[in-house]
Amino acid sequence: MADSIISARAIWKSFGELSVLKGIDLEVAEKELVFVIGPSGSGKSTLLRCLNRLEEPDSGSIRMDGTEILEKKVDINAVRRRIGMVFQSFNLYPHMSALGNVTLALRHVLGLPRDAAEARALAALERVGLADRVSHMPGQLSGGQQQRVAIARAIAMEPRVVLFDEPTSALDPELVGSVLQVMRDLRESGMTMVVVSHEMAFARAAADRVVFMADGEKLEEGPPASIFGNPRHERTQAFIRQIERH
Amino acid sequence: MEDFVDAFFNLDIIRRASPILWSGLLQTLLLAVTVVPVGAVGGVLLGLLTSSPNKTVRRSFALWTDFFRGVPPLVLLVFIYAGLPFAGLDTGAWGAVVIGFLLNTSAYYGEILRAGIESVPRGQVEAARSTGLTATKTMGLVVLPQAVRNVLPDLVSNTLEVVKLTSIASVVAMPELLFQARQAQNATYNASPIVAAAIAYFIMLWPVVRLISRLENKVLVARR
Repeated sequence: MADSIISARAIWKSFGELSVLKGIDLEVAEKELVFVIGPSGSGKSTLLRCLNRLEEPDSGSIRMDGTEILEKKVDINAVRRRIGMVFQSFNLYPHMSALGNVTLALRHVLGLPRDAAEARALAALERVGLADRVSHMPGQLSGGQQQRVAIARAIAMEPRVVLFDEPTSALDPELVGSVLQVMRDLRESGMTMVVVSHEMAFARAAADRVVFMADGEKLEEGPPASIFGNPRHERTQAFIRQIERH
Repeated sequence: MEDFVDAFFNLDIIRRASPILWSGLLQTLLLAVTVVPVGAVGGVLLGLLTSSPNKTVRRSFALWTDFFRGVPPLVLLVFIYAGLPFAGLDTGAWGAVVIGFLLNTSAYYGEILRAGIESVPRGQVEAARSTGLTATKTMGLVVLPQAVRNVLPDLVSNTLEVVKLTSIASVVAMPELLFQARQAQNATYNASPIVAAAIAYFIMLWPVVRLISRLENKVLVARR
């Protein structure tokens, strides 16, 4: 794919004896929403975390906008500036307000002066529907609100791509909708996204491509209609059946 | 009863001893405001080194910390003051006190801070690094503030111990509060100056003790 933002090739990763990723490939095109699904332990979160080198792959190649990011001499902080990440457990800084959470990297990574950083952070918080919560501390926010602040923190950096690692798994069911709505809005605005999640209804509705992983391998990928409607691999079939039952 | 009051609460003797007790109190305060910052700065450094991702660095300074927590501070002080001159290093009384307290106190502060740093969840570091923050800025802006907050009561508590420990400076002939009180006791054959010194210590440290209780409650509430 010529217009790939991320092109990961033959990624291997093991933790001790355990091989978690077995030579996996992943392409992400501009403005694409790629959904990664699979049973737990399939390596999907590890794959996501390899993309910004929170996990260091044992071997393979990851090119981002044509630059190999696994090379030793690469400035990983400069790479991460352009890759946003949203975590399952939000990981907001508990000692800072919502605004402080969003401005931290704007000021200390991008080097923006305080007013410019705050203006940009306010715009990001507005985008996730939290303009009225800017001075709240994380502990005063609901899980859904915290996750939306985390999304604001990621998008305020104006990244090329945002990685979502099970963004709704830690949320009470009634709070999931608000986070998915924000993700849907982001998608509509043209943000490139890679999402590891069990929200199958959301995958069907919003994903451009669904990747099914099991045991550290990519077994199947394609548009949601074909992966959910007509899965070819028997493990995909079993997984979809199991998910649909719930 | 009268004998008891006369031996321990003799106001006349306390009044006569008050000039040297006062100078002792000032000396103790001067010691405290010197050794607490020195130990705290050293402690931050040791806390960072014992939290280092480099195994060799981490283990070496963990051993260092263990050693200086294990050596009695009085022995350490005497060794620096009276022993090092034989190795050609004469530190003087103040030098010995500063070096001794740096080695001892920073080990305690460092160990408290290391525990604080470890109490900050890994996800905090990952979130910060994922935005492109360097490891150093992540430590300074995200991890350390939370670490300090988590162990604040222990840090203040340790500070209290350090202030009381300044009384060992008397072995290198520093006229701090307890030293002066003992001088007065020897001169008058009466324990009242010691009692007066104890009361002075209490008045000086009681607000800190109250502060610790309040902080402990606050940390408990924050963790809920």
